[in-house]
Amino acid sequence: MTATDIARSVRAGDRRARDVLEEHLSVLEQREGELHAFTLVLADDARRAADAIDADVARGEDPGPLAGVPVAIKDNLCTRGVPTTCGSRILAGWQPPYTATVVERIVAAGGVIVGKANCDEFAMGSSTENSAFGPTRNPHDPSRVPGGSSGGSAVAVAAGFSALALGSDTGGSIRQPAALCGVVGVKPTYGTVSRYGLVAFASSLDQVGPFGTTVADAALGLDVIAGHDPRDSTSIADPVGALVPELERGVEGLRIGVVEELTDVDGVQPEVRAAVERAASALEGAGATLDRVSVPNARFALSAYYLIAPAEASSNLSRYDGVRYGLRVDAPDVAAMNARTRAAGFGSEVKRRIMLGTYALSAGYYDAYYGKAQRVRTLVIRDFARVYERCDALLAPTSPTVAFPLGARTADPLAMYLSDVCTVPSSLAGHAAMSVPFGKGEAGLPVGVQVLAPALGEAVMFRVGAALEAAGP
Amino acid sequence: MADPITRADVEHVAALARLALSDDELDRFASELGVILEHVEDIATLELDGVEPTAHPIQLMNVLRADEVRATLPRDEVLSQAPDVEDSRFRVPRILDAP
Repeated sequence: MTATDIARSVRAGDRRARDVLEEHLSVLEQREGELHAFTLVLADDARRAADAIDADVARGEDPGPLAGVPVAIKDNLCTRGVPTTCGSRILAGWQPPYTATVVERIVAAGGVIVGKANCDEFAMGSSTENSAFGPTRNPHDPSRVPGGSSGGSAVAVAAGFSALALGSDTGGSIRQPAALCGVVGVKPTYGTVSRYGLVAFASSLDQVGPFGTTVADAALGLDVIAGHDPRDSTSIADPVGALVPELERGVEGLRIGVVEELTDVDGVQPEVRAAVERAASALEGAGATLDRVSVPNARFALSAYYLIAPAEASSNLSRYDGVRYGLRVDAPDVAAMNARTRAAGFGSEVKRRIMLGTYALSAGYYDAYYGKAQRVRTLVIRDFARVYERCDALLAPTSPTVAFPLGARTADPLAMYLSDVCTVPSSLAGHAAMSVPFGKGEAGLPVGVQVLAPALGEAVMFRVGAALEAAGP
Repeated sequence: MADPITRADVEHVAALARLALSDDELDRFASELGVILEHVEDIATLELDGVEPTAHPIQLMNVLRADEVRATLPRDEVLSQAPDVEDSRFRVPRILDAP
């Protein structure tokens, strides 16, 4: 049952939120041991919340647009008094003194929080194997990864543990796991959704977004969480309008471009490329105009991203110093305490990125690495601006491959980074992008097609996503 | 663009980043960072003089608010999460040498 159907029937009094929740919890109970989507399941809190919603309905009050919808929350979103780990030992047991704005909005809309979803440590990874609390597995084939870093969120929705989930996307961390798990995942335009209470990884890139089993559910989720928040000065003052009403508008007359540099390149599996081509044909059949377009500097985007994101991370993660919260490893002086705490608390990928970022920002290397990467970011933005003069939205693969086996890329950091090659360009630009499931690839595993749109182009993006879903692979 | 990263570079960066890395980690990062930096060298070939750097994807404006007292995070709740506390303050090991 979709989130849209759940909310409609609970609001109408046709179904009880508690019954909806129990159905999801029973699926969770059957498969969570195998899949490990959550760092923490909040079954009792969820039951109380569902009962309260049913009581609202019984009193004739409207619980809101997410009435009774079970929602999974990525464990890098703060929940007051409820452990928030970011998949890291350094925050094990930490209970934030405040709640993320997006979580407040979900609860205020009648959503029922089922649990905190597992993720790569501090959202750094593309497989959810970097969680200090063990990997999450793909429900379509548990020997394979779900993608990452929001792997737990994607799996919660794909396996039916929740009807919606929130993740965060810095360079593809919502879109890539959505693709690998066969669900819809949206990275909104930078600034559309508040980052207050999202534990920072790379602040100029991080954005919270929804997962759903349908495009309409993702739109419903984004409608709830989007909007200005005075507690996040980078949240845009004039947010995108309601997206659910856009879904019916079709794609007649829209101009869509297939991005050559992200589609016709080495490393993209033939089945993935074929899915993008079929998606293009489907949109053409629905009345859109198709074209092939070039974003020449997209081929440098991955390099720029893997300098900019670690540079920002090295600065953001300096806060884990063993002083105010989280782990402390004692030492006779404060500098040694900081260094031992961080060495014991961070996993290897987080250390690797802190090292890379610190190096890229250090004296003598700043201009050559970080400075160059920021200029490449400008070139990528200019390329997109040129393409969007004649296109309303773009198509590309989400992930170059279907879900890969656990362990396949853990020994080779660069191979893991290449998982993000199709998603990082729009992240650097701060644009909107989403992944829509579109057929199967190697070994019958899900393939996602990525729809890209300019900043605040969510309405067009969702129209394209809905058309792809309606056409089917 | 730059010389290959050495183990001494890694030790220097680890000190800057306040990471007490083991000998094994220092060796491993010297080789892994070398591979990653070699990959990102592709942007070194680009002619980028005259291209403005982008630090942030949206136009940021200075945000002002009325100068009024607002509630802050509850002190006891914040302190309850600290590794060590003394007299409502975060307690840390010695920072300065004894006089």
